[in-house]
Amino acid sequence: MSIKVLAFAACITVANAALAQPTELEVDNAWAGATPGQAENGAAYVTITSPSADRLVSASTPAAKKAELHTMSMQGMVMKMRPVSGVDIPPGQAVTLKPGGEHIMLMGLNQPLREGQSFPLTLNFEKAGPRTVTVTVEKAGAKGPGPAAAQH
Amino acid sequence: MPRTPPTAQTRNSPPGGSRRFLLIAGVLAGLVILGTGAFLALALRDNPRGAAGTALASAIGGPFQLVDQNGKTVTDADLKGKWSLIYFGYTHCPDACPTALNDISIALSELGPKRDAVRPVFITVDPERDTPESLKAYVTSFDAPILALTGTAEQVAQAAKGYRVYYAKHPEAGGDYSMDHSSVIYVMDPEGRFTASFTHESAPEQISERLKKLIG
Repeated sequence: MSIKVLAFAACITVANAALAQPTELEVDNAWAGATPGQAENGAAYVTITSPSADRLVSASTPAAKKAELHTMSMQGMVMKMRPVSGVDIPPGQAVTLKPGGEHIMLMGLNQPLREGQSFPLTLNFEKAGPRTVTVTVEKAGAKGPGPAAAQH
Repeated sequence: MPRTPPTAQTRNSPPGGSRRFLLIAGVLAGLVILGTGAFLALALRDNPRGAAGTALASAIGGPFQLVDQNGKTVTDADLKGKWSLIYFGYTHCPDACPTALNDISIALSELGPKRDAVRPVFITVDPERDTPESLKAYVTSFDAPILALTGTAEQVAQAAKGYRVYYAKHPEAGGDYSMDHSSVIYVMDPEGRFTASFTHESAPEQISERLKKLIG
């Protein structure tokens, strides 16, 4: 890697660090995968940044009967999904919920999530209180938010 | 897989029988590794023919009788003639299963004319909720034409046993449940022999590159 590239990478890192210093808790990049067929469950993902330590404790949405905090883990080749009581948000450090890790499990969807749709999701934090974001629905099995989700 | 750890047995063995116990321990450990699939993917990564012609070719797979999304009976014999990409999962799974099926769809779209030589197969580990109808709606959401299979609890258990797939119901509050299950994509050749496997960490490009080499 050349020095120029390294310097460029360093600039980007510094710029990102500067951007990642919100004055209050922020929830960005809210997205969910489209649910295939009549699947009753879906999963939503967000990126959370907070200047002070906080904890995501619950979620709710009009799109589903229930929204729970879940984690998916691989033990060897075995996939396990379990509810978690909360997700810790360390100060100044972005926490990204993503496929293969923690997610907001949407249980009993009122209707299937179709690509391109959006719906509101309220996240409740121990200190910052509730935050409502717009979740953009991506392709089923997508691994991250598309450009539309990133705008919110 | 819930097998007794062989080490405890080895430690408690009398001095005279220790070699025999070590051997048993070794075999048991080997079986555990076989069940993971990851080891297989790594061991066979650089072999252009995969597991074909090795003892592993017959270690994964076996006879099954299930029913597809159109209500038609499908057995292991029906899979012959094409390459199969077999994944066990369930439709209430919000994360790993759509990801695996989407990865397979992307990988197949990169195969060009070889695409028709490969048949993706989704076998449910949740026959209680996954009927042929719900499977049909589920798999049509993906770009690739996926053969989706379900059956009675016993039929699914037999198929999973052959592929060394572990699954178990995990009850949740409110009467709902999730399924713990092995998340492995198996590649079977047109003769129905186990050839290679992919894990949740395999990118679609890796899957398509590997398939191109295997199909030849």
